[in-house]
Amino acid sequence: MSIRERMSGNEAVAYAIKQINPDVMPAFPITPSTEIPQMVSTFIANGEIDTEFIPVESEHSSMSATMGANAAGARALTATSSCGLAYMWELLYVAASDRLPVVLALVNRALTGPININCDHSDSMGARDAGWIQIYAENNQEAYDNFIQTFRIAEHPDVRLPLMACQDGFITSHAVENIELIEDDKVKAFAGEYHPENYLLNPDMPMAVGPYANSPFYMETKMNQRLAMENAKKVILEIADEFEKISGRKYGFFEEYRLEDADYAVVIIGSAAGTTKDAIDELREQGIKAGLLKIRVFRPFPGEEMAKVLSHVKAIAILDRAESFSACGGPIGSELKAALFDFKFSGIAVNYFYGIGGRDYTVAEAKAVYSDLIAYADGSKPVENYKYIGLRK
Amino acid sequence: MSKATDITKINEHSPYYDITPGDQIYGGGGSKKFNTGEWRTQTPVIDWDKCTQCLLCTPVCPDSSIPVSNGRREDFDYDHCKGCGICEQACSFGAITMKEGM
Repeated sequence: MSIRERMSGNEAVAYAIKQINPDVMPAFPITPSTEIPQMVSTFIANGEIDTEFIPVESEHSSMSATMGANAAGARALTATSSCGLAYMWELLYVAASDRLPVVLALVNRALTGPININCDHSDSMGARDAGWIQIYAENNQEAYDNFIQTFRIAEHPDVRLPLMACQDGFITSHAVENIELIEDDKVKAFAGEYHPENYLLNPDMPMAVGPYANSPFYMETKMNQRLAMENAKKVILEIADEFEKISGRKYGFFEEYRLEDADYAVVIIGSAAGTTKDAIDELREQGIKAGLLKIRVFRPFPGEEMAKVLSHVKAIAILDRAESFSACGGPIGSELKAALFDFKFSGIAVNYFYGIGGRDYTVAEAKAVYSDLIAYADGSKPVENYKYIGLRK
Repeated sequence: MSKATDITKINEHSPYYDITPGDQIYGGGGSKKFNTGEWRTQTPVIDWDKCTQCLLCTPVCPDSSIPVSNGRREDFDYDHCKGCGICEQACSFGAITMKEGM
């Protein structure tokens, strides 16, 4: 029988880490992810797990130590947010190119500047080209469920890529919700242990990790990373199927909410999907065919799969919680529009910015987005392609 | 456990699928086969008439390119000497001089 509890998102991830009992966790505190290493170190102090905790002097060091431990043969992870992730930047690319399956519990927070501790996705979206798998959670349950699947995906021999498991800072990390936990023995059996084929501490086969790869090799190395990312698509779905068997909860690249017959759809990542679902339920009562596509897996990007399920929609609002300052759209907007173009989408697709730096996003505002989409589709309002939700004018 | 990587078979003609994940190299001692001596722009030359076999040059070589056998230094390992010139500075007898080029 699964265990009914109430937990914050940080507690849920820390609990998942306790159940997995990984080998090494180097970490440096930063709001709002601090509780994760804090709780894990408490589990260690209480003798509940035997993970080696390394208190380091910075995030540059926490990521370096995580990668070093992983290359040595350990299952290793760390946690961070915002500028902590920014300080890991150069190592993020190295973890990916060295094909080290480390896991990062990322609690999304706006990047400084101006300095801000609240949620947006500028940290992980900034790292979207680093070669990491990125999986996002809407609520505490998903933060827990996603985390349990992380190591299995990252360490799969066809993948061997680092993985970021993201949740929204404060909104899920600190809000306490009901949660259904899986029994320890089931999680332990599911997560297994890390036994890499090759590792630095193997005296029978010494090895070099991260050799110099100048112009004759760099491009081929990147091609191999891309293939691993393509393989990750298959593996993510396989692990999700396996996870469903122990949890009863189904996961894919994205969730479709009342999308099947929708004329108007919002595409979104993270906790704001819940707010949008409430808006959809109210609109459906008024006979408006509103739907949602909530992205769970942003890297690898399921462009073709999304274009397919959105193909019948008249107007799509793509909501970004991070600016990319291209001056023509945000990260999800530009990538999804490219996929929609490739797969001959003939409707309207508009990019919105919401929740930047923790700005509220309400049910009323979500409903207003659908009103826009209806007006764009029937031609009563000219299409604007760069809109803000909640911006004071 | 993978087999030791034959690095002589990984070169600028290798397709991407022949390159190991993460460019990892399995098996030790691969650097012996990597001719870093071709990076050299200056080359140390020994004058055996001046060399006293004091061996002060050997431990200062950052690339272990001054081999020693039976207590006596031998000629430079030009496959791996990068021409830094530290040995020239370490020699008290003016037995090592740096020549321009390879």
